[in-house]
Parts: sequence; C-alpha cells; structure tokens
Amino acid sequence: MFEVRLHGRGGQGVVTAAELLSVAAFDEGRHAQAFPSFGSERMGAPVASFCRIAEAEIRLREPIVAPDALIIQDPTLFHSVDVFAGLKDTGYLLVNSVRTPAALGIADIAARLPVGHVRCLPAGDIAQRHIGRPLPNAALLGGFAAMTGVVGLDAVLKAIRARFAGATGAANAAAAQEAFAAVKEAATC
Amino acid sequence: MLKQIEGSQGMAEAIALCRPQVICAYPITPQTHIVEGLGAMVKDGRLSGCEYINVESEFGAMSVAIGAAAGGARAYTATASQGLLFMAEAVYNAAGLGLPIVMTLGNRAIGAPINIWNDHSDAMALKDAGWIQLYAETNQEAADLHIQAFRIAEDLSCPVMVCVDGFILTHAFERVDLPTQAQVDDFLPPYRPVQRLDPANPYSIGAMVGPEAFTEVRYLAHQKMIDALDVIPRVAAEFEAAFGRAAGGLVRPYRTEGAETLVVALGSVNGTIKDVVDAERAAGRAVGSVSIGAFRPFPLAELNAALAGARRVVCLEKNLAPGLGGALASNVRMALRGQAPVHTVIAGLGGRPITRAGIAGVLAAAAQDALDDLTFLDLNRPVVEAQLLRAAGLRESGPIAENLLKALNPGRVERVSPRRMQE
Repeated sequence: MFEVRLHGRGGQGVVTAAELLSVAAFDEGRHAQAFPSFGSERMGAPVASFCRIAEAEIRLREPIVAPDALIIQDPTLFHSVDVFAGLKDTGYLLVNSVRTPAALGIADIAARLPVGHVRCLPAGDIAQRHIGRPLPNAALLGGFAAMTGVVGLDAVLKAIRARFAGATGAANAAAAQEAFAAVKEAATC
Repeated sequence: MLKQIEGSQGMAEAIALCRPQVICAYPITPQTHIVEGLGAMVKDGRLSGCEYINVESEFGAMSVAIGAAAGGARAYTATASQGLLFMAEAVYNAAGLGLPIVMTLGNRAIGAPINIWNDHSDAMALKDAGWIQLYAETNQEAADLHIQAFRIAEDLSCPVMVCVDGFILTHAFERVDLPTQAQVDDFLPPYRPVQRLDPANPYSIGAMVGPEAFTEVRYLAHQKMIDALDVIPRVAAEFEAAFGRAAGGLVRPYRTEGAETLVVALGSVNGTIKDVVDAERAAGRAVGSVSIGAFRPFPLAELNAALAGARRVVCLEKNLAPGLGGALASNVRMALRGQAPVHTVIAGLGGRPITRAGIAGVLAAAAQDALDDLTFLDLNRPVVEAQLLRAAGLRESGPIAENLLKALNPGRVERVSPRRMQE
C-alpha cells in the first residue's frame, strides 16, 4: 500500500487533488481511497487530504499517519502545521515552490530522504501560465507521477480531463504535462 | 459498472436506480451530497418520474415523505445529526403509520458542543423509533443497502434507515460497482402500496388509539421487527444471487473460528478492525470480529450464535449513553445472556480517528483480562482530571467545552471570569 498525504489551504483544491490521484490509480486497475481531513472548510485555512493506493481492497479507515509521500501545495504551512509528521525515511516530498529546500528551511528533512525523493516544483507558476490562476493541483499531480512513478502520466491526464470539461481540462492537462517533463528533466541532470 | 466515485454520489446513483417518485430534502448542514446529486439527476432528466421537493426543514422533509408515501409514492429523504433530531416526531409517525420510506443517515455527532464530525449518536438517539436500521461497512455496501432497503421497507410496510458513516464514507472516493437499471428493475418491482390515500376514494389514516388497543398496536410494531429478522437476510441472499456480491444481512462474522476475543462493531470501523484481526491472527493471537449489519431489529439469536465460544466480547462503539456506557454493548449483553463478559469501548466520538494502534491496545488489555467494563479509547485523562479538579473547587466552574479547549491550547484563549475579576 502506498499512502499519500496532501497539505494545502482551503481553496487550493487539496481535496480535489487527492480525489484525482485516486481516480488515476483506479484507472490503472488499482484500488484507491481518497478522503479529506474533515473539518469546517474555510478559504485559506490549513487543509489536508489523503490517498491510499493498493493492489487489494483497502479496508483501513484511519487517517494516514506514516505517509510514503507528501505533496505540499503551500510551503507557508511549514510554519503552522507539522506537515512532515510520520513521513517515512524512504518517503517522497513534493513542494509547490520556486525556491530550493535549503531556502525553504527544510534541508534537514530533504537530507533524511533518498536522492531524487525531494522536489520543489513551481506548480503555481506553471498553473498561472496554462490556467491563468495559480491553482497548483494538476501540475503537482504531473510532478508526482514523474517523481514517484506510482501512477502514470496518462492516467493523471485522463483523470484531469474527466473532472474538468473542455478548455479548463485541456489547460490543466497541459500544466500536468509541463510539470511531468520538468521533474523528469531535473532527474536526469 | 465500476466507478471511482465519492460515497455520496455512488449512493445517489444507486438510489436513482431504485426509481424513487418523491425525494424531499432540506439541503443545508447537516446534509450530504446525496440529495444534491439526486437533485441534479432530477433536473437534467436522468431521474424521471420523480418529484424533488426542497422543503423548509428536516421536520418538513419527513412530513412530506410521510404524505408522499401515504399517497402511494416511493419516497426517499436523507439527513444527519441535529437534522434527524429536528424531524424526530415525524420519524416516529412514519413508523407508526407503516410507511415504507427509505432514509439515509450520514451518521454524525450531536451537540452541544457543536461538532460536525462522525459518530453514531444520531442513529442511537432514534434507534427505537420503529425504523429498521441497517449499517454500511463500505461505500459499495452503502449503495447496495439502499437497493435492498426499498425491498425490505415495501415487503414489510416499515421504514428503513440506512446508516452510513458521515465523512468517513460519505466523503470518501473509492471504487463502487453500480448495477444497471435493468438489474435493479428486476430486483425491485414498482411500489404497490397496501393502502393509499386517494381523493376518489376518501378515507383517513392515522387514527387515534386509546388504552383499549394501544398495547396491541405496539405489540404488532414489535412483531413487524421480528418478521424483519427473516426478511433482511432473505433480501440479502436474493441480492447476492442477482448481483453477484454479498451485502447486508444481520451479522457478518470475520475469522471468529476459535477466537478467544471477539470485537463487535457497527459500520465502517469494521474495515479497520478486520486489518487488526489479520495482524493479530498473524501474530498467533485468537482474535476475530463480528460486524452487525442490522441494529434494529436486533439479531439476538444470530449474534448469540456468532459470538458463541468467545471468552470475551469487546463492543467498539461510536456512541455514549451517559450514565450507562454504550447502546451497542447493552444490546450485545442481552444477546449473550451472560455467557461471556462484554466490554464497552467508547471510540471515535465526534470524529476522533479510531486507529489500528488504538484497537490493538484494547485487544492487548483484553487478552490479559485487564480491560475495564467501560473504557474510553484514547481519552486525554490529564485534561479531564484538571477539569474535574476545577469543578470540585468551584461551584461555578464555567463551560466545560471552553475549559477543555483552554487546557489544550494554553495562552490562546484567556478570559477572566467575573468571579476572578472580583478577586
């Protein structure tokens, strides 16, 4: 079982991101379970969501306490939420930021994880170019597919296009593709 | 068709396949996406022959469902938490009038203090209203139970409440296999009421009954529930034969053979419990579980058979009967007739996560006969004791909810009580 925890702020689409990831995994024939950290939703308030991916039926209903991967939509959360809680030493960390882990003050976390398991991705900037709004979801999912290989890019694109119709779907898919290529390219450097 | 879908939307699609003719709902918190999904389907024509009525309150929702069902229509509504309490009087009436209304309850806590999260306080508050209560373990079962619920309700002329854990199931995306319209039509024939209000042939239902017959009427309500103990497993068996998967029924034992300790629970937490049972069995410990699919009627004989041979039974329950313990354990004790000790573990209140570690801790204590009759899982004892101490020292100790939040977040809320100001 592969467990992903996503952290963002109300309005960034953190719940949608987990749902899309589960749809992509389902499309590849896996079992997946996505659910939000239930609360009174408010714009800008810290929000977490969860996604489990497995080959067999997922019966477990507890929140994800030891994630295999973290997707951080807003690095300002580092100051208010213990987003790294329980992250496995073999885990992945994907952060929406133009800065480096060192500049973000998380060099110690990055050093604990295997090489290639930490990425800062300017997902907000990519989204701004393609969608016209800094909604980082699609780009982060593209980056996640490139970094972990847990889901394929095609399944991610299909999930995005199924959720968002027409031009919005196409723009989000383009953002995911650019992010996928950016992470793949960085990995080969 | 297999879909990766939100639980509420999966239920909405399953309910639409049941061809309800009247859906009434009060679409504000506490509510789920089920009625929103159904409303969209009525509007865009995917669900035809159905009138969607936006009512002014939950009391209105159940009252309209009563009117619709009395008029001969297949009626559906959904609610949760305070919404159920607000319609309570009409909930009893629906049962007393023998109307086969199906209602989803997206289980949530009841205030005060205000809490929007999952537990079973709402369902337990109305467990004896005369409705059949079914509990779903997964979103697949939540969808399937609704298809069965209309059959059971209409076979018995008795309303059915399908209890689905709020948020944990209603808001979770997972795979759900949704049947075709033809499959559901084969399983669920159109509703043919025993009697219905008809302006062309006027009469009234809901007569006043005095002491001379009230006991007999209530006895028959009980007998209807006893009949349901046969109907529920029969419908579940027919469902399995028609759809190729098991869902519903009275009790579902899991690895109970040779178990010394058996855990009994309602709803989605059974999934987590099964994972713990597997881990315990792998470690050589004789543990199993029993999921109760129907809480009303309560399957006394079936549960007794499922629990036979256990040295002890642990009821893990998401409700609290203050001054007693838990509603589930009280009922299970009646089924066991003293054959084995029954422990109550109150867990998951107001949305507190129930973890594998927490359940494993309970089982470890149980194995050493060190589990109290009544345990509150993961209780923050220092905070409780501080409040008790404060209450002991002051006749007026202030509101409990605010005091506990203050203890958990020192320095965040600092209010000076009028008493302290005088000091």
